[in-house]
Amino acid sequence: MFTETPFIRKKKRNEVIAKCFFGFMAAAMVIPLFLIVGYIVVQGAPAISWEFLTENPRSGGAKGGIWAAIVGTFYIVFFSLAFSAPIGVLAAVYLNEYATENWFTRIVNLAVVNLAGVPSIVHGLFGVGAFVYFANFNDGKKSIIAAALTLAVMTLPVIIASTKEALSAVPRQFREACWNVGATRWQVIWKIVLPNSISGILTGVILQVSRTAGETAPVMLTGVATYKLLDSTGLFLYHPIKDQCMALSMHLYYIATQANNVPKATPFAIATVLIGVVLIVNAAAIAFRVYLRSRKKW
Amino acid sequence: MTKKIQVENLRTFYGTKEVHHGISFDIEQNEIFAIIGPAQSGKTTLLRAINRTLEFTPGTKMTGTIKVDGEDVQKTRDVYGLRRKIGMVAPLPVGLPLTIYDNVAFAPRSSGINDKGFLDAHVEKCLRQSALWDEVKDRLDSLGTKLSGGQQQRLTIARALSHQPEILCLDEFSIAIDPVTTMRIEDVLKELKKEMTIILVTNLVQQARRLAARTMFLWNGDIIELDRNEVMFSDNTKDKRTYEYVNGIFG
Amino acid sequence: MKPAVPRASRSQLAIMVERVIEGLVYICGISAIIFVFGIFFFVFKEGAPFLAKLNFTEFFFSKEWIPTSSVQPKYGIGALIVGTVSVTALAMLIAVPFGLGAAVFVSEFCTGKTKETLKITIELLAAIPSVVWGFIGLSVMSPVIISVFHVPVGVNLLNAALLLALMSVPIMVSIGEDALKAVPDSYREAGIALGATKWQLIYRVLIPAAKNGLLAAVLLGVGRAIGETMAVLMATGHAVNIPDSIFDPVRTLTATIAAELGETSHGSPHYQVLFLIGVVLFSITAVVNLAADFIVKGIKRK
Repeated sequence: MFTETPFIRKKKRNEVIAKCFFGFMAAAMVIPLFLIVGYIVVQGAPAISWEFLTENPRSGGAKGGIWAAIVGTFYIVFFSLAFSAPIGVLAAVYLNEYATENWFTRIVNLAVVNLAGVPSIVHGLFGVGAFVYFANFNDGKKSIIAAALTLAVMTLPVIIASTKEALSAVPRQFREACWNVGATRWQVIWKIVLPNSISGILTGVILQVSRTAGETAPVMLTGVATYKLLDSTGLFLYHPIKDQCMALSMHLYYIATQANNVPKATPFAIATVLIGVVLIVNAAAIAFRVYLRSRKKW
Repeated sequence: MTKKIQVENLRTFYGTKEVHHGISFDIEQNEIFAIIGPAQSGKTTLLRAINRTLEFTPGTKMTGTIKVDGEDVQKTRDVYGLRRKIGMVAPLPVGLPLTIYDNVAFAPRSSGINDKGFLDAHVEKCLRQSALWDEVKDRLDSLGTKLSGGQQQRLTIARALSHQPEILCLDEFSIAIDPVTTMRIEDVLKELKKEMTIILVTNLVQQARRLAARTMFLWNGDIIELDRNEVMFSDNTKDKRTYEYVNGIFG
Repeated sequence: MKPAVPRASRSQLAIMVERVIEGLVYICGISAIIFVFGIFFFVFKEGAPFLAKLNFTEFFFSKEWIPTSSVQPKYGIGALIVGTVSVTALAMLIAVPFGLGAAVFVSEFCTGKTKETLKITIELLAAIPSVVWGFIGLSVMSPVIISVFHVPVGVNLLNAALLLALMSVPIMVSIGEDALKAVPDSYREAGIALGATKWQLIYRVLIPAAKNGLLAAVLLGVGRAIGETMAVLMATGHAVNIPDSIFDPVRTLTATIAAELGETSHGSPHYQVLFLIGVVLFSITAVVNLAADFIVKGIKRK
């Protein structure tokens, strides 16, 4: 029989203490998150109503809803992903399927790493220099397209990284089997690799929806105004090139720091909506991943 | 007899590591040519050099010449045509994540054949040739990856036959399948010999003895001996190592 | 119907289309290089005209930032650099032990469902927009700091550092966990076989073995903290100031650009100086991120 010596008992206790210590470290990061997010939602949820979501702001944001900001955010997310998703996916295809290991590929990879680390405000400055003034879409003024392009450059490295991961999950032997029967690289990519990694690729792109929706600093320099209403009857009346727009993230900044006579619950409500977007997008990504994992073909 | 493949002074490299140290041999039309030898002696690399898929592995290099039908593979203008001329069966069965039908139709479609009538007949022919048709004819639209290992290996052979190759290379095809299936495939190979040249890489000495007309013993990137089977599997081999390997004394 | 010899070659059109697609793939592939150079080029280009008038010593070391003065504008970013460095340093002081501790917990103590749940939670932490963090700083942390420490103002160095700590933890946990996962199990087994306790195993075996990866995790956290804008804009108090205590307000490089660029006119000296600050930020984060990348790559090569 196994007897529990004092030595073993001590060791077990030691193990439990270690687990508690590191568990505390993790909990100290995660629990405040729940408390804070819970607090914000509790404060903000009562102020969210159908009218709040679907009405234009009034009186400089003090009254009315956030409809214009929702539409603006939608515009920015849509146009920025419309640029970054195809470019990012193709870039990942190049890096994962075509590039051989040499100095040039190393430089491209370094550029991706570097691009991912550029601070968002510097992306904003780049957007001002490149899209507002140099490309000059809107006569030297900010525009939705400039903001969207700025965010597209910003999300590009993340989409490249997630797509590369999805592509490399397709076993190499499939590619070799196809090369052996005389298929070209592109035929293999188009018929085998992409169809079998599309779920991973889409998950990566979906996650960027919440990132682009939440970005503030770069878009406030390049395309987002603090107060730019939609026609009260109109649904999609921003012009992507000629207009600036409102955005949820910028609206929260403006309401929380600059606007006057705002009811206390309003910024909490906007923050709740933003957190809601993050939760929904991440939940969708997780659900998507689980669903497609169940349909895996090998 | 015409020479189907001529290899002259072939040297291959992975990075700085030299795999083949300048080997030369010929393979004749419509023979079954066996290559035996211990692991790591360069058998798979040799096959990949012949159909030029070696270049998909970064850092590989080859010198010397390999001619298929008298044409230097390094200088061919249509490398995809060259690869279609050679059917390749890898050691582990690879069912592509497509339906069984699409697995076999993949190669003809890649080369631009989309005629439904031709494809239907062709898929059936290839599956019959690889002795798989009877087992799968009712479920051609189920996934190739969901077949059993032995079935997948025959599917791999069907795919290798689907582009009507003139040369069929089998790289230790029986490593992952049961003896019964192995015997069935061996029977198939004896049939196929009438239509094409077969290169059989195997670590089963007896398989080479059963099937091949000539056998080459490759060891550490050198040809130790290459001769007719009557010589290779007799007591009179030119090199003592051949005798020892064939009789299981080393390797 | 059978082609006599189906050695059929593909149509010229198909081959052409494939060439075009592969060209497109190549262009997209190298787009990252184009964008990195583009970012540097355009940010530098907008700021460059001011270089001629710039006194470098004053720019980097003077703490006088009075860009809007009509008499004698001053462009010293010394105080802003101190602001960025102090916020980042304090944030790391908090985040490194907790972040790496959490990484150890996730990697060494959790399995299966717990691990999955924790990782998803930490991913969510990373997805909360920085403007929401800033708002948390303003509306949640600030009153808490005022009532706990009895200080007059709650938006200050400590507030922003706490936010940055929470924000940079996720990346530290995920990279740190990768580093620990890369330590071969045989190390753990050998440690246990020698009778090491879990503590000894972690401190004597795992942390030394994974130290490069953990260092990279910290560097990436630093890079994130330096570049963060909205949270520090809203929670630091945004006052040009060399702080004496953690309860003093400060101002960072990033927040200055965000707050002031909208007020400047295109091509004015103030506008150009803000772009030069952008060049400084770009350079700092490039060095930090490349260093982290080299360390990570070094591990993989081993």
